[in-house]
Amino acid sequence: MQFKGSAHRYGRDIDTDVIIPARYLTTSDPAELAKHCLEDLDTQFVEKVQPGDILVAEENFGCGSSREHAPIAIKAAGVDVVIAKSFARIFYRNAINTGLAIMECPAAVDAIGQGDVVSVDTETGTIVDETTGQTFTAQPFPPFIAEIIEAGGLVNRWKNKLGQQ
Amino acid sequence: MTRPMTMAEKILAAHAGLDEVVPGQLIECDLDLVLANDVTAPIAIKTVRQITDKVFDPERVLLVPDHYVPNKDIKSAEQAKIVRDFAREQGVTHFYEVGCMGVEHALLPEQGVVGAGDLIIGADSHTCTYGALGAFSTGVGSTDAGVGMATGKAWFKVPSTILFKINGKLNPGVTGKDIILHIIGMIGVDGALYQAMEFTGDVIANLPMDERLSISNMAIEAGGKAGLIEVDDVTRTYLDGRVERPYTEYRSDPDAEYAQVIEIDGADIVPTVAFPHLPSNTRPVAEARHVKIDQAVIGSCTNGRLDDMRQAAEVLKGRKVHPDVRCIIIPATQKVYRQCMEEGLMDIFLEANCAVSTPTCGPCLGGYMGILAAGERAIATTNRNFVGRMGDPTSEVYLSSPAVAAASAVLGHIGLPEDLD
Ligand code: SF4
Repeated sequence: MQFKGSAHRYGRDIDTDVIIPARYLTTSDPAELAKHCLEDLDTQFVEKVQPGDILVAEENFGCGSSREHAPIAIKAAGVDVVIAKSFARIFYRNAINTGLAIMECPAAVDAIGQGDVVSVDTETGTIVDETTGQTFTAQPFPPFIAEIIEAGGLVNRWKNKLGQQ
Repeated sequence: MTRPMTMAEKILAAHAGLDEVVPGQLIECDLDLVLANDVTAPIAIKTVRQITDKVFDPERVLLVPDHYVPNKDIKSAEQAKIVRDFAREQGVTHFYEVGCMGVEHALLPEQGVVGAGDLIIGADSHTCTYGALGAFSTGVGSTDAGVGMATGKAWFKVPSTILFKINGKLNPGVTGKDIILHIIGMIGVDGALYQAMEFTGDVIANLPMDERLSISNMAIEAGGKAGLIEVDDVTRTYLDGRVERPYTEYRSDPDAEYAQVIEIDGADIVPTVAFPHLPSNTRPVAEARHVKIDQAVIGSCTNGRLDDMRQAAEVLKGRKVHPDVRCIIIPATQKVYRQCMEEGLMDIFLEANCAVSTPTCGPCLGGYMGILAAGERAIATTNRNFVGRMGDPTSEVYLSSPAVAAASAVLGHIGLPEDLD
């Protein structure tokens, strides 16, 4: 899939409590969750973010809780792709399972500036900073995970699998 | 001969029906148990329904509403109801209603639901707690849990293992909580990212089960996928007569390959506190005495077990909580609560002017039962001190052992039990 949007840059260890604070976990409605995405980190984020925008962060993005509300909130807030130097393990699984595109690419994270227009191709792993003209390649997904993404998430993969039996 | 393996690799191989696995390998495994709570189960239940009408095994699906129960508000009541209705409909045997309930990771070991050698996923990041019993258990999201409930299966990337060898003599007042905070301070919040952690050595061998559970509980705070401890006599004494199913002991081969071996001298570990806003931001308690506190919270899946309550009570006995501090004590399960009564700990807490709550996660995740106002500070025996974790985004959480939290509650600032003499 291909996406293009403006980059919103944040630091390392962005945890799931700041992505979506627990005080909003009494619901799992994506639209409700989206209203509070990242608010404890950046009160302006929800106002600034435009549909199709891209989150860029340093190491260990999504550390902490297993709440799937985190990738759901990010996606519902309008973000299509998160590019980070590394992802916390549970967040990595949750993003793949729920269909939030993620890319691991330290070089791109170092180069992309706040507000740069970035285009990505998740299939080839290509990341282009359109503002500066630089191109990067993210680490490819192992085939097993690529298969889940292609199926449209883990649930669809199982539906296909059980349907075939 | 298969390759020498770590206990994490052995448990995963056994559940994938393979003789051996290697780190990095992607495998599909049969699960022994799948867990979710009142925050994560509603989404997992939606996932189940997309795949099937029936869970794979109603005796192996565990539903523990604990985060916002007894219901905090109307919205949380609706979430808990979704879980309750689903449990009834599916005939889930391990559903724990208010009154039988406890904080999931304290409750399930205590109730004998979890056994050594089990492969468990839970839609809660602290599912890694059961590593202390020799199980491979790990936190996942609701979709993984829902698929697990529907199919009894999950995919895993086999992690490499970091071995922590902790030998030597512990300093007085050092608990399992101080050991794990020390380790997280050493390696950082992503020090074990995508890896399993295994804890061994004399220090671990001499720790009671409640403190081992505190250590494994916080493996995720170093980014770890699991936090394993080999089965020994302490484990057997804990499991025998408690766990419902036969269990299997897996031990790492002496020549197993580890990604890293970290040797720690027990004498280097001191009572430790993690400053805001990361569990890795650790300092000796002795260097934190300047920090005034507004609240102390003693409880949670990290430190809400009987030994934790005893350690807090030992400090609070015959003393009063500082007039500027609210001290909230939350025994993690009904059984711990009752034991606190039987042993007279409840009297000690009430005499000391503590508020004692029915089991719940409550303030640990900033749910309710002790939320912090702007700028307030709490010392807590919980496991996370992220921005806004216990309330207002400008509030602060400091993590410690129960004895240090209790002493701080009396002092009005962070400190050690011996500061009270
Ligand atoms: S006590 Fe805290 S860390 Fe443990 S399960 Fe509950 S909310 Fe999570």
